[in-house]
Formats: sequence, structure tokens, C-alpha cells
Amino acid sequence: MSNIAPPLPPLDITRGPEGGEVGPIQSGWRLALHEFSRNRLAVIGLGTLVFFVVFCFIGPLLYHGNTISTSLQNTNLPPGAGHPLGTTDVGFDELALLMKGGQAALEVGFAAAAIGIGIGALWGAVSGLAGGIVDSIMMRVVDVFLSIPFLFIVLIVAVKYGASVLGLSLIIGAFTWLVPARLVRGEVLTLRVRDFVSAARTAGAGRLRLIGRHLIPNALGVIIVNVTFNVADAILAVAVLGFLGFGLHYPSQDWGDMLSNGIQYMQDGFWWLVFPVGGAIVLVVMACNLIGDGLRDSLDVRLRRR
Amino acid sequence: MTAYLLRRLGTSVVVVLGVSIFIFFLLHAIYPSPAVDVLGPHANRVSILAWNRDHGFDDPWIVQYLHYMNQLVHGNLGFSFKVNQSVAALFQERWARSAYLSGISLLFAVVIAVPLGIYQAVKRNTIGDNVVTSLAFVTYAMPVFFLALILIQVFALTFPIFNFEASQSTSVLAVMGDWHSMTLPIATLTLLSVAGFSRYMRSTAMDTLAQDYIKAARAKGLPERLVLLRHLVRNACLPMITLIGLSIPALLAGNLITETVFNYQGLGLLFYTSLGNVDYYVLLAYTLIGAVLTIAGNFVADIALTVADPRIRLA
Repeated sequence: MSNIAPPLPPLDITRGPEGGEVGPIQSGWRLALHEFSRNRLAVIGLGTLVFFVVFCFIGPLLYHGNTISTSLQNTNLPPGAGHPLGTTDVGFDELALLMKGGQAALEVGFAAAAIGIGIGALWGAVSGLAGGIVDSIMMRVVDVFLSIPFLFIVLIVAVKYGASVLGLSLIIGAFTWLVPARLVRGEVLTLRVRDFVSAARTAGAGRLRLIGRHLIPNALGVIIVNVTFNVADAILAVAVLGFLGFGLHYPSQDWGDMLSNGIQYMQDGFWWLVFPVGGAIVLVVMACNLIGDGLRDSLDVRLRRR
Repeated sequence: MTAYLLRRLGTSVVVVLGVSIFIFFLLHAIYPSPAVDVLGPHANRVSILAWNRDHGFDDPWIVQYLHYMNQLVHGNLGFSFKVNQSVAALFQERWARSAYLSGISLLFAVVIAVPLGIYQAVKRNTIGDNVVTSLAFVTYAMPVFFLALILIQVFALTFPIFNFEASQSTSVLAVMGDWHSMTLPIATLTLLSVAGFSRYMRSTAMDTLAQDYIKAARAKGLPERLVLLRHLVRNACLPMITLIGLSIPALLAGNLITETVFNYQGLGLLFYTSLGNVDYYVLLAYTLIGAVLTIAGNFVADIALTVADPRIRLA
């Protein structure tokens, strides 16, 4: 990255500076951060996500509702005193359930994204660096996995192993590393011919060091953007699995399961069993997508000015 | 061109083989044998072993795989022990219903998304564009079943215009005629695809609008309507071909969930019930079919794009 300021043009007070504002040179990441903070939608997304993290993980410390024991005198109560979001058909408190389900959704979302990106970044970096026949075999493997409809294969595995946060994260992560692998490979293909990589190689860096210290850190922009979209996809996948009945088991909770429970009472007009949960899923997923869009735009700026 | 097609076909066959090996191996590892499901939970060890031997489930998995593939190329998709029927017969009963639901939804989605994207690109950053973009963004973030639930709440419960359950008729013609029951499932799947398509359509239409040939058409005095119809629409639609080809996995997933929510007796619902029953061969066959459809979708989209766009030369 260049630290030499471009020569300033002679001061001409009759005209504004050409080529936009002239400011002090900033580091790429700080530029990206600045650009991100100016993107109103992305900041709203970040705020929403932070709100939900606080709501789901700190909320239960402040608000205690029954999510464990059946309480037959409190079934299907509409929102009211003592139960801000009403109760379910077995007398659980809907607001407390919402927090508990959100914990699972966020935990699985981030863990699955981390697993997927971890595998994908390594796979893509190794494939791109190796080149030749190894590269084509590794990419054909990606093709094979990409051709299997995601939901089908995840459902098949989740029927047996999907009943825990760890299991769900591993399953979803194991089938979402493909797109990151392709993206990182693409980045590595352009990076590996750059001077700093040749320099590192000349200095005697091995393959592992090249990947860990030089290639992956430089592909980090692509990786970070992808994490946010993967979190969104993973949260949606958990919701779908839960809705179809292959999610977490009692006493854990997930949002999809709550919805499939609420759907039975739609004709009775028990809206509080359906719409708060659905709204929460939509808001969290939208927040992740907004952050992802914002990050992509701001990293574009970083690359453009580099 | 022929050489390209052959090579492309070759890669596709390799990928299909890879997919079949992987799915077979995975299912085999998770459910080594359906013996317990067939013989019941109280079956003793001896009868389970005997059943496994009779049905070839004690062979090494590679032998079982080759046997399965051999059956597959002879048109035998396996046997569902749960419903005591061949998988092919099960699919035969249902595939037309699923194809109808997915096909008509995809058609509607294209018919809606293309004009919508062009409208957005032409009127970009107006209120109309922003409203459509926001709606698409929200729908995109919505689980399919929640979209279905909202439609049911509004159009079947609050305002009882449509039925909340899909048509239960076994004849596809009757299903097609039953708009009262089929509108909501079709609307769900259509909206899902529109949300995916419209933002690509908007951005490709905007890219096309910036091209010189659009400027030239305007400069020579062509009415704006003709500029849009003759020059913009046809060029902006090209990326849609690829997008439709790539949308098959999402369409299959949407189809599965929509059929489950609306209790529509198609392949998606069959897959769902088979998951609960661990109906081995149904799961295997439908996942394989899904993968083949996905690969075929990519392949056909590539060819269709070359046909539609003479600028693309394949080598």
C-alpha cells in the first residue's frame, strides 16, 4: 500500500479540486469502516443484529418466563399482564421462548457460517495455490457438492444428527463451504502471481505459511462479506429445519419449531404464536443481508482506492 | 460447438456420477439398512441379518452401489418398503403435480420479474423503484413457509377468498382447474422466485440502459417505447436465462416447503413424509433426481444462452 501522497495541484481558488475530495491518506480498512458507517442501511442492519444479540442473550437474565414446565391454566393466553407476548398451547411464555429460540438461531447461524467459511477458505486457497490437476479435481468436488440440492441433503442428515446446536451447525456448515471455496480460489488465483507472494516464496515460505500469512489475509475482504450472507442463509436453514420438525428438541427451542406449532392455531386467531417469531426471523436475516451488502460496497471502495 | 457440447456433456456425466456416489455413500452411512423399519422394532437380530442378506444389504457398499446403479440405468428406482410400492410408481403418481406447481410458478415469476426489473431500471431511485426493491428484499429474507403463512392469514382466513389447502385431486387437469385452492401455493412459489430474480433483472437492465446502442437508438429518434421493447428487453433478458438455469435447487427447495405447508400431494411432500419414515430409496431417488435436474438446468441454460446471444462463442 502506497504511503506517498500524490503531488497536490497548484492551488486554484476559482475551481474545486478535481477527482473528488483530497484528504489525508487512510489505511484501506479504515476507509472501508468509514464508508460502512456512512451507509445508513448497513448501520441499521448492524443495529438490528446487535439488538437481537442483546435481546436473546441478555434478555433472559432480566426477563424470566416459563419455557420448561407445562402450565395448563395458562394455555394460549393473549398478550397481557405477565405475558407480554402471550402463551403457547402448553402454557410456555412466548417472549421467553422467542429469546431462547433466538439464541439457538444466532449460535447456529454464526457457528455454521464460521465452519463453512473455514473449510471453504482453506479448500479454495489450497486449490488455487496448487493449480493443475489438483486444482481441477478439487473444483470438480465442489461442482459435485453444488449440484446436490442443499435443502434435501441437509434434511437427510438432520433427521438423524440435527437435534443439537453443534449438530445443526456442523451439518449446515458442511454444505455451505462451496461458494466461499470458489470465491477464495478466484482471489488466490489473482494473488498468487503478485510480487509479495513471490517475495515470500523466495524468502523460503512454505505452502502453509503462504496460505495462512499471505493469501487468506489478503482474501479476507471476500471472506468477511461472505460470512454475513452465510449467517443469513444458515439462520433461514435452521428455521426451515425446525419448521419441518427436524430442528432442536425440548428443552431447547428454535424459531422454526415455534412457527410450526403456531400454524395449528391460525384459524383460532392466535396471531401472537406466529407473527412475532416470523418477524424476528425476517428481521435478523434482513439485518445480515444489509450488513453484507454494506460491507461489499465499502470493501469495493477500499479496493478502488488502493 | 459440437466439441464444446461433448466436453460439457462429459463433465456433467462425471459430476452426476460423483453426486450419485456421494449421496449413496452418505445415505448408506446414516441408514445402513431399512431392515428395522421393515420388520418392526421388535425384530430379532437373526431375522434382521437374514433380511439384510436376502436384500443385499450386507454386501460391501461399493457392491451395493454398483447394483443400485445397474438397476437405475434399467429404469428401476428401487422399492419403498414403507408404502410397499416401487419408487417409480410413487413418482409416476406425483411428478406431474409437482411439475405443474413449479413450472407455472417459474413461468409467472419470469413474466412478473422481467417487466418489473425493467420498470425499476427505467424509473430508478423513484418511490416505485424503492418500494419494489424493499419488498423484494423483505421477501428474500423470509422463510418460504412464513411467506405462505402470511398469504394464508390474509387471503384465506382474514379475507376468505382462497382455500388454505392445495387441491387434493389426483388428476392434474382437475388441479389445474382448481384456482380456488391452487392460487396460494402458486403465489408463494412465484413470489419467492420473483424476489430472487428481480434484483438481478434490475441491475442487468441498468447496465444495458448505459450501453451505446441504447444511446444510438435514442439519438436517431426512436420512440422510447420502441427503445425499451426492441433494444432493452431483449438484451437485458439474456442473463435471466442463466439465472433460471441456476434457480432449480431453490425452486425444488421452495417446492418441498410449499407442498408441505399446503398439503399438496407432490414429490416434495413425498420426500418430507419419507424423511419421517426413513424411506431410504425414495430419499435417494429424489435427491438424485434433484441433482440431475440441477446439472441439466446449468447445461441447458448454457446452450440456450449461446443460441440466444450470437456474441457468445464457445471454444
